[in-house]
Amino acid sequence: MKKWISLAAIAGLVLAMAACSSSTGASGGSGGNGGSGGGGGGSGGDKQEKVTITYGLWDQNQVPAMQEIANKFQEANPSITVKIEVTPWDQYWTKLETAATGGTLPDVFWMNGVNIIKYASNKMLTPLSDKVKSGNISLDNYPKSLVDLYSYNGTLYGMPKDFDTVGLWYNKKMFDAAGLKYPDETWDWSKLRDAATKLTDPAKGVWGMASALAASEQTTYYNTIFQAGGYVISPDKKSSGYDKPEAIEGMKFWSDLIKDKLSPTVAQMTETAPRNLFESGKVAMLTDGSWAQIEFSKNEYTKDKVDVTVLPQGKKRATVIHGLGNVIAANSKHQKEAWEFVKFLGSKDAADIQAKTGTTIPAYNGTQDAWVKSNPNFHLQIFIDELQYSVPYPVSKDAPKWQEVEKSTFNKGLSGEIPMEEAAKQVAAKMNELLKQEK
Amino acid sequence: MNSTELDLPRQPVLDERKQAKKRRFNPRTRGDYFWGYLMIAPTVLGLLVFSIWPVFQTLYFSFTSWGSFGNYEWTGTDNYKAMFADPMFWMALRNTFIYTCVTIPCAIALSIVAAVLLNQKIRGVTLYRTLYFLPVVTMPSAVAMVWKWLYNADYGLINYLLGAIGIKGPSWLTDPDIALYSMVIVAVWAAIGNNMVIFLSGLQGIPVSYYEAAAIDGAGSFKNFIFITLPLLTPTIFFVTIISLIGAFQVFDLVFMMIGPNSIVIEQTQSVVFLFYKNAFMLNNKGYAAAIAMVLFVIILLVTIVQMKLQKKWVHYS
Repeated sequence: MKKWISLAAIAGLVLAMAACSSSTGASGGSGGNGGSGGGGGGSGGDKQEKVTITYGLWDQNQVPAMQEIANKFQEANPSITVKIEVTPWDQYWTKLETAATGGTLPDVFWMNGVNIIKYASNKMLTPLSDKVKSGNISLDNYPKSLVDLYSYNGTLYGMPKDFDTVGLWYNKKMFDAAGLKYPDETWDWSKLRDAATKLTDPAKGVWGMASALAASEQTTYYNTIFQAGGYVISPDKKSSGYDKPEAIEGMKFWSDLIKDKLSPTVAQMTETAPRNLFESGKVAMLTDGSWAQIEFSKNEYTKDKVDVTVLPQGKKRATVIHGLGNVIAANSKHQKEAWEFVKFLGSKDAADIQAKTGTTIPAYNGTQDAWVKSNPNFHLQIFIDELQYSVPYPVSKDAPKWQEVEKSTFNKGLSGEIPMEEAAKQVAAKMNELLKQEK
Repeated sequence: MNSTELDLPRQPVLDERKQAKKRRFNPRTRGDYFWGYLMIAPTVLGLLVFSIWPVFQTLYFSFTSWGSFGNYEWTGTDNYKAMFADPMFWMALRNTFIYTCVTIPCAIALSIVAAVLLNQKIRGVTLYRTLYFLPVVTMPSAVAMVWKWLYNADYGLINYLLGAIGIKGPSWLTDPDIALYSMVIVAVWAAIGNNMVIFLSGLQGIPVSYYEAAAIDGAGSFKNFIFITLPLLTPTIFFVTIISLIGAFQVFDLVFMMIGPNSIVIEQTQSVVFLFYKNAFMLNNKGYAAAIAMVLFVIILLVTIVQMKLQKKWVHYS
């Protein structure tokens, strides 16, 4: 009798363990689905009619729009449930790489230009070219630069989701108080410095302009390097541009702002992010991406006090253009459903939702206007106008590796710990070494 | 990551073992053994699969070099050579040692004080005990976020209060000379609760008769503390030291949450485990990271062995 009880207990244990391990595999199945899931707690896997696919992304600001798109998709495809998994930007790529190594990537997830070649060349992503052809989708619907960005060896791996450019955001209230005219397209670097000087008031703890941090390359120094006539990586992707005088000039633009006390120090911006300083009226100007508009339009302080214009020009006009892509994990068990979802994400319907909600500039041609009109308070048209002189975000196969070098070195140059020339040359040397190892 | 199981030396149990040997021939007892082993089998299996086996795997990987997504090749002792030539590694080791050497004595001294105070019959003692214990049950990342805000040089509460009495507070988290000690403060604050509970149980295990005898001899409360409480608390102190030491050598969450990988003071604050994390998961140098983990393993092992040896000199088992 006793034995039977123990046996039963052991059987229970083993079952419990089995349940634990399987539930991690199918964690998408239960709960967590906002309103739509409705007590799906028991969907551990006995009846496999409904399929749940996971959608990995990093921007909390975009979740409402993504959820709306997912809901619309679910209406049309009642047998598929989409579960959105948000991982903050700081951990997104770390987690993704671990998941890729362990074979637990989300079915569908956001990809950026820095990582696309790495993931595509290592066969982590499902090629989409054939699916696009058989699905009668015209890639002419998307800007060619984005289609190229998400193609590797002529094969498409990501459906263009959106694109973004960078603008100069400014605080109208602070400009009014200082009696200054708002920034416009006539501005160049020296005009920006003049205005920043007038806006800076150490007694009040306010600064004219937020400088760069090593980790904010896209919104800060990549732009000024191109504006100064330099480049980050040579067109043949074999050498770094950081040891060229133009690039160094583009970098010094930012370190000079700190040196002349027109910007908070690197330490201060490390403790309180530049965007937060801007949102609390501590800095009057900030370069930030088109994706920042959704946050600024919702923030109580910035929603009616700030506006945006094109980046001031250096030797010439330039802004970095980048866009995200939706990709499918090569080892996803639900290839068909994942493709259905990605197809929908690339459709005009999905683009319209992104545009109307003001979330991001959709990649689908012709839907950008709706995004511009989504918030009449900001001059969002400038982000579209900048397209004519936009420069692709610099990447190479192992871009994450040399980006790490930028991140660990440039703060020293920006803070003045070492001269910017030296920081730039250090990065160039290490970057050239890394580029040599790329195959 | 925290291993909290540790065998404290016990009284000899030879007699019982002898008896057990005799009993083994009894078929009924043999059955009991079978069931006993079966019952601990899941735990032992889990330990073997998730703890012991990875140790050997890590040792193997420390001689390899990794590409993207789990491809690796044998590179011999290259990782170790690179590590010993890497100033970052020595810096991380230095940071970890300073952090450990400052945190542990402070945390233990303060927890003993807290435990002794809260071992009295005072009003609301349960409330105080709960308050001291709260940091232990709070999520470490939440703790780090709150402290990060408190420490903010320009808008934080601490510098605001210091400013109110005319002191210009430092940049707690971005001054390279201070940031490490800012972490120490949080670590000590967070450790007091847990240590205090262990010390409280240690205190309550001290027989009252000693104090009664001392009272007859006319000893005051300070003498009581030095000559009775402290010596009889040494086994507990020993236990807490070993556990805290292992924990302190493995500090990661504070560095990651409060300082962050992109901070300007990360070189002056990163711990060995943070360096391991950075190499393993951010830079994808998994082989190099494994080598770091092995060195840390050896260091912790050595320190613990030394402690076990030294305990005879100062730990009193009554």
